[in-house]
Amino acid sequence: MTDTSDELLQQTSPGLARGSAQTRQKAARLSPSFFSWLQAGPMMIVFLAFFLIPLVFVVIVSFWDYNEYQLLPAFSGRGYTDTFEGCIAQLPELCTIGKTYVKTLKLCFMVWAITLFVGFWVAYFLAFHIKSKTWQMGLSLLCTIPFWTSNVIRMIAWIPLLGRNGLVNSGLLKVGVIDQPVEWLLYSEFSVVLALVHLFTFFMVVPIFNSMVRIDKSLIEAAYDAGATGFQTLVNVIIPLAKPGIVIGSIFVITIVMGDFITIGVMGGQQIAAAGKIIETRLNALQFPAAAANAVILLAITFLIITMMSRIVDIRKEL
Amino acid sequence: MREGRPRSFYVLAVFFAAYVLFLYGPMIAIYILSFQGPQGGLTFPMNGMSTYWLSKLFQGTGIVDLGAAFRRSLLLGLVVMAVTVVLSVAAGMAFRRKFKAQSILFYSAIASLIVPSIITSLGISLEFRIIDDLIKAHWNENFETSMGLLTSGLGAHLTWTLPFGLLIMFAIFNRFDPRLEEAARDLGATPWQTFRHVVLPIILPSVIGIGLFGFTLSWDELARSSQAIGSVNTLPLDLQGLTTTVTKPDIYALGTIISAVSFAVITLSLGAIHVLNKRQAAKGSDAGKGLV
Repeated sequence: MTDTSDELLQQTSPGLARGSAQTRQKAARLSPSFFSWLQAGPMMIVFLAFFLIPLVFVVIVSFWDYNEYQLLPAFSGRGYTDTFEGCIAQLPELCTIGKTYVKTLKLCFMVWAITLFVGFWVAYFLAFHIKSKTWQMGLSLLCTIPFWTSNVIRMIAWIPLLGRNGLVNSGLLKVGVIDQPVEWLLYSEFSVVLALVHLFTFFMVVPIFNSMVRIDKSLIEAAYDAGATGFQTLVNVIIPLAKPGIVIGSIFVITIVMGDFITIGVMGGQQIAAAGKIIETRLNALQFPAAAANAVILLAITFLIITMMSRIVDIRKEL
Repeated sequence: MREGRPRSFYVLAVFFAAYVLFLYGPMIAIYILSFQGPQGGLTFPMNGMSTYWLSKLFQGTGIVDLGAAFRRSLLLGLVVMAVTVVLSVAAGMAFRRKFKAQSILFYSAIASLIVPSIITSLGISLEFRIIDDLIKAHWNENFETSMGLLTSGLGAHLTWTLPFGLLIMFAIFNRFDPRLEEAARDLGATPWQTFRHVVLPIILPSVIGIGLFGFTLSWDELARSSQAIGSVNTLPLDLQGLTTTVTKPDIYALGTIISAVSFAVITLSLGAIHVLNKRQAAKGSDAGKGLV
């Protein structure tokens, strides 16, 4: 309706209405939603091609058959039955896959607890004790920079410290605390947890810091004025208000550790079984459906944890 | 609040310092150790001081073909950086209006960030294997593979860098004053002119930040590359391969070089951001520049 009236207007008195008619025509041709599609489309295509469709393929291939040489595109539950082989017969004992998942969850829980503790206090220090914005920026950057360098380098960096002849052992020997090098420092669960904490505390610090700087300082003052002790303020004011950051950080750390196979491989001396390692081992043996089946199981467990956590807080609202 | 610094300040300052030492200490150890003498081993004490292990990497006689892997990682990093910047800024602009599929894109980005890397990597590798099989079956029997650095590898890295890019754009536009655009529109600027002369200069420092994220995340990326990059190796993949076999400081030398590139990129970007911020502060106001 407006389009035709504009055209009419232009034909009858071209000079007068050209400007407004042009912009209006343009607006009709390139509507805001067209612009949005043009702007957001490319990113959507990347996620579709390299994330969503691949995920669908993982699920499909997990139901395919396989032999030593190739994928056989025919329905089969072998990927899953091979994974859970002997699990029912062994009950109530845990089978290999069960034990592996229990171990993964245990590692995950330890890393989560430690990164949460360290991350919370680091974020707290930066948010509440550093008053100058410049210092706050500088110190946060100091914590962020290692995140930008290679994870493998940060892992092997522990070797000269924790190895049999490493700094820790030689130091302890010299002081006389031990008379033989401690063996469990490297290539053990200890070194795996240490390296994971070293690598990923960053993911806890940033979201917690973000929700802490948004806390209105007058609320804390009010708590003090009302006679709350430092501890009461922490538990009743700061922690509830920092909860979104805590949950987001926890989701990051938990999903990373659940799927990790590189840190657990390198720092565990390729000896520690974990959920991510199973997938890698299956892949190295070219058993793609079995690898995919394990990926589906891992994905299901990870999503279960995330769903439970996101019940506590709406992630979308917090970003 | 109360006067002076509470005791908790000092306790937490010590805690923070310990954390920073924990972050940097081990890394500094390997940087130092990569300057071991030719007889040096993997641990302290230093056995002489030299650049032997660093130069050995570049002679090509070493453990990996450093030159080729280096060029591949650099190329991939630069392409990922460029694509990440363009797509993130575009999508960031789109998110300022409501549009259909907005939440689908948002949740795809978040899911891409938190689905374990090995699963994404496996999925991409399966996808390209299936594409290969299709090409072989229907068009060309001798077709080798469509997997490669700039196909599956690029895609794998983008699933990791784009979510960060998008989240940074959200942070930028949370603080952006839309009245500046309205002013430009009122003065008759086209949408493109508004973007080019008003929006872009203001967000440029953060856009460089996105580029910095894109390059360094790709440069150091390992888990997503592991299955999805085809037959070639990037530097981090070579480095990971070495962790099980090498007993000489070669590996520290390689680590030092990879870190040096990361740090150089970080420093350059932060420098550029700093200069841009200063320029903005200096030129953003026209006070004192009037005719009177």
